[in-house]
Amino acid sequence: MSGVMKRMGMIFRAKANKALDRAEDPRETLDYSYQKQLELLQKVRRGVADVATSRKRLELQLNQLQGQSTKLEDQGRKALALGREDLAREALSRRAALQQQVTDLETQHQTLQGEEEKLTLAAQRLQAKVDAFRTRKETIKATYTAAQAQTRIGEAFSGISEEMGDVGMAIQRAEDKTAQLQARAGAIDELLASGALDDQSGMAKDDIAAELDRISGGTDVELELQRMKAELAGGSPQQAIEGGTTDESQQSRTQHKFDKQ
Amino acid sequence: MIVRIMGEGQVLVAESHLPGLNRLDDELLAEIEGGDHEGFRRTLGALLDAVRSAGEPLPDDALQPSELILPAADATLEEVKAMLKDDGLIPG
Repeated sequence: MSGVMKRMGMIFRAKANKALDRAEDPRETLDYSYQKQLELLQKVRRGVADVATSRKRLELQLNQLQGQSTKLEDQGRKALALGREDLAREALSRRAALQQQVTDLETQHQTLQGEEEKLTLAAQRLQAKVDAFRTRKETIKATYTAAQAQTRIGEAFSGISEEMGDVGMAIQRAEDKTAQLQARAGAIDELLASGALDDQSGMAKDDIAAELDRISGGTDVELELQRMKAELAGGSPQQAIEGGTTDESQQSRTQHKFDKQ
Repeated sequence: MIVRIMGEGQVLVAESHLPGLNRLDDELLAEIEGGDHEGFRRTLGALLDAVRSAGEPLPDDALQPSELILPAADATLEEVKAMLKDDGLIPG
């Protein structure tokens, strides 16, 4: 794959450190960073392994060369014993060349050993750092997740409190209204009782009206009683007066009938 | 294979879908290099749709690096071209 997806992926990976700032989720960037560290650690370990392999290969070569060197030395000794100095010289000159190679390889071996030790130490340090980072990363992730949850809870709570506020307001309004109505009812009762307000239903009468009714009703009874007494007594000036009154009543009733017609 | 659509999140796409996606992806690259705005818009839309339908969205709290990255649906040809340069959009 060499299209847009792959190339963008490669570029993003190559620019990992810069991309960290742009990534959407800080937890992901932490894991990404951790993964990169693990890859680096893996590379260092691979480096250590490569160096160790090279060192072992050199050791094998050195053993071989030393074996050959010993063999050539033996051959030279045998050649001398057989009186073949020319052969002995050849064997010893070859051995000298081998010895030079052995010396070179030994130098290389020492260098590699030093490198290997340094790399091993570096790998150990890196391992410790990666482990520390992993712990820190998990802590940060947990904190972030907790903070996120807290934010969500906070949001939920503020939503609830708003709703509760609404409910509270409604209750308050209802209470106010009730108190207002109660106060109004109390005031109306008082006003009705004092006579300052007319009772539109006509059922209730104030004390004064009731007393007046009572007094006037009583007067009528007394007058009627006197008139009946006068009738029985056979007429009196009082009767004329009362009769006049009766006539007036009669006229009033006639007038009333006339009006109706 | 995890694919990130920038600005949307990650989806897990089975390897079996990759050949089809690759064709669209190569087509998109050719359109970017050729400066074909219309083709770019069309192919990007098709590629994003294909990834969305072939893939299973990873949950937001899933923490895995993306192996492939796709531009956001509203990215312009110029933006994507800039991203694909050696330096990318992120200098350094």
